[in-house]
Amino acid sequence: MQKKLYNKNVVIAGLIILAVLATFPFWYNHGKAAPAPKPELTEKAKAAKECIRSTAYMKTEHMQLLDAWRDTVVRDGIRTYVNEVGKEFDMSLSNTCLDCHSNKEKFCDVCHDYASVDPYCWDCHIENPKENE
Amino acid sequence: MESSSRRRFLKVAGISALGAGSIGAKPVLNAFAATGGGHGEEKPVIKMVPNKDSLMGTRWAMVIDTRKLTSAGDLEPMIEACHKVHNVPEMENKNHEIKWIWEEEFKHAFPGKINRYIEDEAVSHKPFLVLCNHCENPPCVQACPTKATFQREDGIVMMDFHRCIGCRFCMAACPFGARSFNFRDPRPFIEEAELNKKFPTRCKGVVEKCNFCAERLAVGQMPACVEASKGAMTFGDLDDPESEVRKLIRENFTIRRKQNLGTMPSVYYIV
Repeated sequence: MQKKLYNKNVVIAGLIILAVLATFPFWYNHGKAAPAPKPELTEKAKAAKECIRSTAYMKTEHMQLLDAWRDTVVRDGIRTYVNEVGKEFDMSLSNTCLDCHSNKEKFCDVCHDYASVDPYCWDCHIENPKENE
Repeated sequence: MESSSRRRFLKVAGISALGAGSIGAKPVLNAFAATGGGHGEEKPVIKMVPNKDSLMGTRWAMVIDTRKLTSAGDLEPMIEACHKVHNVPEMENKNHEIKWIWEEEFKHAFPGKINRYIEDEAVSHKPFLVLCNHCENPPCVQACPTKATFQREDGIVMMDFHRCIGCRFCMAACPFGARSFNFRDPRPFIEEAELNKKFPTRCKGVVEKCNFCAERLAVGQMPACVEASKGAMTFGDLDDPESEVRKLIRENFTIRRKQNLGTMPSVYYIV
């Protein structure tokens, strides 16, 4: 038995339109990928050379680190962090991290915007406003 | 037919299990072992320790000598010191008010302790300084569904603003009205010049209250109000018989707020 496609022209035209619409975001944005952001360091951060841990670790794990910090500080009242070379840091986002990285827009925000994450740290923790001076 | 297919299935399954046990699973297990310790290549020794100069106690408490605080003007420096250091906003709308430490009339601070015919102005209209009592048996902690408010080992009843969902059960549970809710974002209500950049503000939708200056104790300082009180307020450890607070309680007649409720407040008033 032979099967027949009714309204062939309309159906095929419809399928083509569907395919074009469905793939529209892909070919429309093709080749327009935003370049990976390059966070800028402040003079103070440059002078310090090394963050509290290696750069690679800070890049991938800073959120876990900060999460552990907030629980340990708030819950256990333990506030001093000793890194692998025995250097001590006050476990505080505002007073330690943002003291060095006082350029939130060019350091924190560039990557967070690129990765489309919206951490609400700064709803409460005061960003260091040195850059506005 | 069915029995032979079952037989074949068991055979294949058995051989696969054997194979997996001897060769197949080994690399997988090794891979798990390698990722178990972080990044495999290095295992740095990281420690988190209490601050060296932090004040340690097991039952922090406060004694307020109300004989030395006779007028609203006497209380003002303490309230201001606290609210400034903790970025407590000043709301115009009384319904949105945020307070950590404030003044209260005797009849409101100590209901049930008031007698009739007290005509002494000094008692009936004298302002009393009230704050969170950091109860030994805190009803707010029991009410909190997310453990955002909790009792530390040193007795301080703390808020973890990260976890607060703003349900306000704690406010209903607290018999002292010591808790305030952020109906609005508090930032615009703190003057830029007044902002203490070392301490966070709060955000809209969380409950806040006095924290007995946990952040100051951690760096070896007395609470801000105690420091501003010029000796009218004393802070110390109740579990230490030699502490200043125990001495004051021993030598003076003190009262606490709503003792009959059994929450065991840690703020004592010399009257």
